[in-house]
Amino acid sequence: MQDARVGSWALFKVFSHMAIQGFGGVLPFAYRHLVERTQWLTAAEFGHLLGIAQLLPGPTICNLSVMVGQRYAGVAGGFSALAGLLLGPFFIVIALGAAYQELAHHPLFVNAMRGMAAAASGLILATALKLAVGMLRSTAPKPAADGVAGKAGLDVARTLRWRRLTQVALLVAAFIGLGVAKVGLITVVATLVPIGFLLFAFVWRKQ
Amino acid sequence: MSEDVKLGGLAWHLAVLSLTAIGGGVVLVAPDVHHYVSVQNHWLTDEQFAAMYALAQAAPGPNLLFVTLIGWMIKGWLGAVVVTLAAIVPSSCLVLALGTVINRHGGGEGRWAGALRDALAPLAAGMLAGAAWTFLSVAGAGWRGIVLALAAAAAAYATKLNPLWLIALGALAGAVGLV
Repeated sequence: MQDARVGSWALFKVFSHMAIQGFGGVLPFAYRHLVERTQWLTAAEFGHLLGIAQLLPGPTICNLSVMVGQRYAGVAGGFSALAGLLLGPFFIVIALGAAYQELAHHPLFVNAMRGMAAAASGLILATALKLAVGMLRSTAPKPAADGVAGKAGLDVARTLRWRRLTQVALLVAAFIGLGVAKVGLITVVATLVPIGFLLFAFVWRKQ
Repeated sequence: MSEDVKLGGLAWHLAVLSLTAIGGGVVLVAPDVHHYVSVQNHWLTDEQFAAMYALAQAAPGPNLLFVTLIGWMIKGWLGAVVVTLAAIVPSSCLVLALGTVINRHGGGEGRWAGALRDALAPLAAGMLAGAAWTFLSVAGAGWRGIVLALAAAAAAYATKLNPLWLIALGALAGAVGLV
């Protein structure tokens, strides 16, 4: 898996390149560069790493860059990929912010920004929806469970149902925590992660 | 409050949040960073805060870079650098620490990692939706904003359209007074 030809500088260059192209979101460009152009990852590896990157704390694309960089060139590689990813966008965001301050008093511009912000929150909702649908699909009752004879089969099906129900409950609780009660990220994470972990590790184990 | 104290406080706040941002950097935008920046410290109005995030969404790179702008407004280039590093380095170090394990074992296959992953997936989805919902009320677009957000969500979910188009359509809808 370790490719001696991929060093820190190559990582920096490839991630800089995809970052600057990624207006509206870097992920599609990440796929194009990492899977199709450089072939550093297969499509399956990309999907697998992306799944982990999403669940670890921090921006998904940053986590992905760190994991890919580390895989090829160790800790230095991880930081090189991350630096490549952030350097260009850092200056672009500040340029946009400076432009915003110039225009901030123009009513037409203020109205446009309000529409942009609403659309931006829609994009976050779409990410949430994709995650939720993917999760429910992966825990959907499988025909194989029906094939197991008698009581064992019923047990498998019942555990699957409970696992699914638990996941839906955790999802709703997390939404209420941040979206309705607004108790803050740290409280939500510190409460629900241990509860979820204990339930899935001990009560409704994967069978 | 001096600018250095402000900057240090924001950087520390972000560094701690960075380690709990499951689901993406976006989950710390609202209610946490909004509360700290706009409600508690009054550095930005709700309108400015919403605009900063929308700009970062349109710009390349992680959306979390909207905190760069907040640092920049507080203390120029130094502020931008300090705040960006504070928001990204702690979580990246955690990923590096776990990365050795993930690269060796594939990640998420064993019993404990599997249980953790099963727990984190619904939390990521729920927290993202919660953050989006809170942010929508910060953006102050009313029920028409909610309709626009849901339409954008449906379009982003169902098509492979570049999100930049949806952002641009949102801006257009706002400019002509629909939202």
